[in-house]
Formats: sequence, C-alpha cells, structure tokens
Amino acid sequence: MGTKLWSRAFAVAAIAGLTFAACGSNAPAATSAPTSAATTAPTAAPTVASQRGAGGDLKILYWQAPTILNSHQSTGTKDNDPSRLVMEPLAAFDKNGQPVARLAAEVPTTQNGGVSADFTTVTWKLKQGVKFSDGSAFNADDVVFTYTYMCDAKTAASTFGACDGVKSVTKKDDNTVVVAYKESNPFYYQWGVGLNGPILSKNAWKDCLGEKAKTCPTDQKPIGTGPYKVKEFKAGDVILFELNENYRDANKPFFKTVTWKGGGDAAAAARAVFQTGDIDYAWNLQVEATIIKPMAAASDKAVLATPYGSSVERILVNRADPTSSLGDKRSEPDTKHPFLTDKAVRRALAMATDRNTVAQQIYGDGLLGKATCNILTAPEPMNSKNTATLDICKFDLNAANAELDKAGWVKGADGVRAKGGVKLEITYQTTVNAVRQKVQDIMKANWEKVGFKVTLKSVPADVFFTNTSPDGANKFFADIEMFTNSGDPDPTSYFLAWTCAQANGKAANWQNGGYERYCNPDYDAIFAQLKKETDPAKRNDLAIKANDLLISDVVVIPIINRIAPSPTAYSKALKGIDISPWDSEMYNIADWSK
Amino acid sequence: MGRFIARRLLIAIPTLVAISFIMYAILALAPIDPLASFGADPRVPPEARENIRRALGLDQPWPIRYVKWFTAMLQGDFGISFMSHSSVTTLIAQRLPNTLAVVGVAYLVGIAVAIPIGILSAVRRNSITDHVVSTFAYAGFSVPTFFTGIVLIIIFTIKLRWLPFIYDSTLKITDLGSLGSQLKQSIMPIAVLGLFDAAVLTRYVRSEMLEHLPLDYVRTARAKGLGERVVVVRHALRNSLIPVVTLIALGVPAVFAGAIVTEQVFHVPGIGELLVRSIGNGDTPVVSAIVMIFAALVVVFNLVADVLYAVLDPRIRYG
Repeated sequence: MGTKLWSRAFAVAAIAGLTFAACGSNAPAATSAPTSAATTAPTAAPTVASQRGAGGDLKILYWQAPTILNSHQSTGTKDNDPSRLVMEPLAAFDKNGQPVARLAAEVPTTQNGGVSADFTTVTWKLKQGVKFSDGSAFNADDVVFTYTYMCDAKTAASTFGACDGVKSVTKKDDNTVVVAYKESNPFYYQWGVGLNGPILSKNAWKDCLGEKAKTCPTDQKPIGTGPYKVKEFKAGDVILFELNENYRDANKPFFKTVTWKGGGDAAAAARAVFQTGDIDYAWNLQVEATIIKPMAAASDKAVLATPYGSSVERILVNRADPTSSLGDKRSEPDTKHPFLTDKAVRRALAMATDRNTVAQQIYGDGLLGKATCNILTAPEPMNSKNTATLDICKFDLNAANAELDKAGWVKGADGVRAKGGVKLEITYQTTVNAVRQKVQDIMKANWEKVGFKVTLKSVPADVFFTNTSPDGANKFFADIEMFTNSGDPDPTSYFLAWTCAQANGKAANWQNGGYERYCNPDYDAIFAQLKKETDPAKRNDLAIKANDLLISDVVVIPIINRIAPSPTAYSKALKGIDISPWDSEMYNIADWSK
Repeated sequence: MGRFIARRLLIAIPTLVAISFIMYAILALAPIDPLASFGADPRVPPEARENIRRALGLDQPWPIRYVKWFTAMLQGDFGISFMSHSSVTTLIAQRLPNTLAVVGVAYLVGIAVAIPIGILSAVRRNSITDHVVSTFAYAGFSVPTFFTGIVLIIIFTIKLRWLPFIYDSTLKITDLGSLGSQLKQSIMPIAVLGLFDAAVLTRYVRSEMLEHLPLDYVRTARAKGLGERVVVVRHALRNSLIPVVTLIALGVPAVFAGAIVTEQVFHVPGIGELLVRSIGNGDTPVVSAIVMIFAALVVVFNLVADVLYAVLDPRIRYG
C-alpha cells in the first residue's frame, strides 16, 4: 500500500522529469565534392597559408540569440552576423569603409570604368565558377532575384531601405549585373554591398517572394556561397555551422565548424571569454566599464576590441525661432532664433561643453565612446585633424564668459545673461535615456556657469524620432537637442542635411534632414562639389572642409564618437579579426585562424 | 467522482477563454513592439518598418487579430513567431526537453531531498540537526537563485574549472561519456533550483509532521508496541503527506513554465528563457502560446490536486 501511494503521488512529476534532452536532428549529408579550381579573391587575409578545416571548432557567443538566418529578414546584428557565415554580398566594407570584393570579380570604381562618371550606373562583374553550398551554380540571375526579393514591399525585408533610389538591377550577361540609380548617387555601393547586400540563391528562395516571405523555411537553413553552411539551427538558442565544401577558396575557412551559442547576458558573456575561456569570440559586451575593464586587463585569455565608426552623439543648435507664441510659424526656416543666430552665443555654448568629462565618466573612457569635435569621424581619411586645435573645441569656461562679455551679453542679478531684453534661456531636449540624462546634467551645470538658464526636457525615444510630434527631434520646438546619427562609408547623404534646401519645416512635412535650419552658400558650394567629385583624395578634402565649416560655424556641437558596432572580446589566439563598423564584424570570417 | 471531474473540466473552458482574452488584450495594449529591436537604426527607414508591420498582420485592429489567433489556436495552431518566422509549436518543442531536464529534474531532486530531511527535523525537533536544516531551509528560499547561481559559477567554473556554465542543448546522450557531460552541465542549475524547491517543501513536511506526531493515533500506534520507524513512516507520514502531495501537484505547471532567472544564468535554452526573450522582443505569438499552455496546465493540475486529495484521504468526498 505504501509503495502504491508514493507511486501515484509522483507519477506525473516523474514522467515529466525522465524525458531527457535528446532531440535528434538529421543534417543533410554533404555529397558534393570540393571545387578543384577556386578563383582567388583579393582579401585582407593574413599571409600565412592556412589549411581548410585545420582549426577545429570556433566558439562564438552572442548573448542576444539569433532567431533567423536571412539578413534580409533580420531584426538586427544578432541575425545579420551569423547569416554572413553563409550569405555573401557582392562586396564587403572593411574597417576603413573600403569595399572588398566578395561575389564580385573586382570592385567597380570610377577609375576602372565600373561606375559611370555621373554616379548613376554601377556595372558589377561577378566571380565565375562560384557555387552555392548545395552545389548549384551562382550567376547574375541570383543577383537580380535578390533585388526582386528585397525591393518588393510585400516581402517586407528589413533591408528595404537599400532599395531607395535604385532604378533597376539588370542582368547584362551571366556574369555581369548593372545597378542603375534614379539619380546621381555618390554612394554607389548602396545596393549589393555590406550589411544590406547579401545575395540570395534564386533556387533556394524562389518560393519565398512577397507574402510567402514571412513563412519561409529557407530562412532557418539558408543556402549561400559563404565559407560555412548551417548544420543545425535552434532559433534563439544555438547554430551549428560546418564548412562549405563548395567554398571558392580551397584553403579556407580555417575552422572546420563554428558553434554559435546564444543566450545569457552581457556580463556572463564577458566571464566566458575573459575568465573561463569557454568562448573564443563574444559580442556586444555592454557591461559597466568599472567591471569589464579590470576583467579584460587581468585576462590572459582574451582581448577587448572597441571599434569606432561614424556614430556621433551631437548637440544641435536651432537657428529658427521655436517660441511657442509664433504658432504656425514656430521653428520655420524663415524665422530667426532670438539669440542662437549670434555666433558668439553659439561659440560660448561650444566652449562650455565638457566632452572629456562626458567621455570619461559616462561613456567608460573609450569603452563605449570617446570625445570628438568632428561631426564626421570616419572613414579615417575624412576625419578632420583641424578641429582639435580650435578654441571652440576646448573646454574653457573663462573663454566662454569672455566671449559673451565681448558680445555684450550682460549677467543679471539672477546670473542669467541678457541683451536688449533678450535672456539666454534655453530648452535642451533629448530622449529618455539614463546616459543622456547624465550628459544633460553635466552640460546644464557648465552652461549655467557662463550665464545661460537651461531647462532640461526628455522625451520617450519613439516620440522623439518622429516627424509628427511637437516634442520630436524633427520639429525641434526647442533651442538645443541631442541625439546620435551616423553616415555611410560615403558621407554625401550625411552632409546633405546641412544644405539650405534641407532646412526642415512644415513645407517639407518635417521630414527633411536639416533640423538646425542652417543655410550657408559657402557650405552649399562645398556640398555641390562633393556630389560631383570623382577623385577619392579630393573627396576626402571636401568632406573635411564641410566638417570644419560646420564645426567652426557652431552649427552642431559633436561630443562623443560612439562605439560601432559594440565592444567585442576575442581569444588572444585568434588571428585575422578586423571588426568593421560599416559591415558585419563577421565579414571576413573566412580569413580567421588560430 | 467522474461527474465531479467532468463538471470541473467544463468550468475550465470559460476560464481559459477569459484568460486568453485578458492576456491578448494586455499584450496588444502594452507598449511592446516587435519592431523595437530595430531601435533607431537608420538602415531600416519608416517605410520598411511599415512593410514589416503589415506583413506580420499588425496593421489590423487587435480584436480582429484576437479572433483569428483564437480560432487558429482551437485547431492547435499557435501561429508563426515574429522573430524567427518558424512555428511557435516547433520553438516550444525544441525547448521543452531542456526545461524538463533541468527544472523537472531539479523539482524531483527537491522533493527527494525535502521529504526525508523534513521528517528528520520534525522527529528530532530542536536538535542540532533540526536547527541546521531550518537554517538551510530559510537560506534556501531567502537567497535568490541568480545569486546562488553566480556563486556556484564563480566557484566551480571560474576558480576550480570543474563544470561548464554554458548549457549545450545540442548534446545527445548516447553513452556514459555523454551522460557524464549532461550531468556536468546540468548539475549546477539543478542544484540551484533543487535547493530552492527543497527549502520550501522541507518547511511544509516538517510542520505537517509536527502537527501529526503528538496526535492520539500516533500514541496508540506506539502503545501497540510498533517500532519507531513504522510509527513515523506508516502512520504519521502518510497523513502528513496529504497536503504536501497537493502542493507538489500544484507546483508541476511551474516546471513547464521553466525557471526564467536560472535558465538565463546558465544559458539553458528552456521555456522560461524563451518566454522572457519573447516578451522583450514583442514576439506575441510565442508569449501567448506559452501563457495559454501554462494556464491550461494550472487548471489541469488544480484538478489533479483535488482528485489526489480525495484518493489519499478517504474522508474527503466530492459529489
């Protein structure tokens, strides 16, 4: 009787508990033979000759676990990065924003005639003899198919943005594809390159167009030309990759398999790579600087990498008048701000901006951001060296006070400066965000020391980044605002925002990029040249000129160059890693070795 | 008894329908957005976001979405995950074995530890053993599992290098070696959760035993000359276990829901981890499926507990 009672009581729990984790999976057998004649690609590979598959298993940990393996359906870096082991674009962007050929035989440029002098057509010559991991041949049809897929609004691809302004992608012959833009596009690598560019196999995705894209099984087990193929994938948990025997470079990849684990949190990921060494590569280690820095310094296993690109946290200065009594005319480009149109006032604001303290205390002193006085920080040849010595780029409260004294702004009894009845009272808005509120506090304290009165305002991010809300960044019904923006490897579209034509207002439905309502014919002239110039060295000079003008005229006050994409740590034994802020950090995984 | 069960099951139906509606309404009205993970990414312009919203069916008003979802669910179709585009049923099926292997086993371990220790500390009331057990029990349910988890990781993974702390869900148990690896990777989460479960149950077993030991029928049993072991196990324990068994049955649904924090700490890809991540990602089809399964299990195991009660205690009769 006793035994019976026990067994009844426990029956349910026991059945549940005894079912062990043992789910089987049937990986398709790799039948195709390795390609004998692989075309050699020009890459930034380490010169040591590596042997295909000699490296065993590479362990990667993304604490935000991947959920889908098609870059065009991804919801972020967590999906883009693992997808890139399988799918490749025509070209990738390296650390300096320079294109590196992938499926292209060579990168088209204006010099080699691949790009038309008016920047409207790009002719891509494709590598020949490339095969997908299922053994089928890659050709121009796959590239055209990729265009059809991602640029169909019904497919709802997250890479749809790259289709903006693309007129057509057409096949010239089996190995040539022509990308045509509707109008001159100095960033002619917009389509088919980098994060938005991975090429789909027409054969594998042909049934996934339009509405069927949201239930496509190929997205779980993609077919690509990249160095790896998916052996097993559990969404939100783990991906097992094995090398693609059909990969075009007979010596690569070095690692036979890749185990891509997801889950946990950033701190656990940091422990796994720095302390236990269970993991070779861990991404997005957004851990308190005071914890991760000593952990990295004490580690004999891994190093911390902090890549930087063009992501800049900046303070925008409104040239238009945001006064609420103006009603419909509020912040329209034809109004004039009562005091921020005075260059001395803007200069004083810039001089009282303590970006070094912000970088050290709030952005982990280089871990998540570093101080900058450039609005364009990358690619490196376009990062101006001229601004560092400017007086407005140095934090100096005395100089700021002197500047305002000289311009006739006199401090009143309440410590606020005024001139002709106009008081230096500013409203400073940004998004609701712990980091940004700390920055606001530092700015406010310093600006009030030189005679401004600062009212802080924070708006939820989804309201802030809309063109409809009166509290939004676009309408900019405030004097000062702060957020982050970044540019493409080519800065033309980034610099467009400060041209006269872009000054934001009701006529533009508040959708233009010129939030500051800046208008300067000198700047427009530099921009016009930048739009046309084909010589790379001259383009660099023009970009620096545009940057320097925006800084010296205090159109915008850059404060922090933010890390892009994120702090990453990897085993000291790993070689060939070249984290690119312009592309997936996995863009050159075929070149990695130990 | 049969009529009782049938009536209870019938009452369960409107309960579950109400739960499904309330849950769906909360998820629809809460500020969670499946597109939030794009953040302010300039690569994904508003147009692309609008396309995605339409493709996921989010452009329709939520009551219509609810009706569609509910009818599909009645046919056993929980829909497609917004994040992975794969069927929600597949996602849950992939994770259930991990949850059972860790949380389920921990529950069994907890029960197996709690009952003998609870008896021991009740029989030897106010002895050193009792004090030690009570101290551990209080510590067990006062210290949060994320803390014990990290302490174990620091000791056994980082300092001693004995155990891994990243759970490998692709491990297949085929021989002694792989069984050993499974034990190595699951022993820490099982210990953490088992300690917690055991702590709670130990207190119950102890107090129930203490209630029964001084009663007349126990004294009678002793007076009959029965041995102490028989008195405690056959007489006092059987009666003390009735509420404990109910408690154990009520705890079973929680096993299926996984252990949110512990799964996260040890990278166990279980149901709890799936739930919390899906909430964060606004993946409502996954969240609603897990909540509905959990709700159904709670209803079923409440009934199981009631039935068990009647089976164990002949004095209780449901009509």
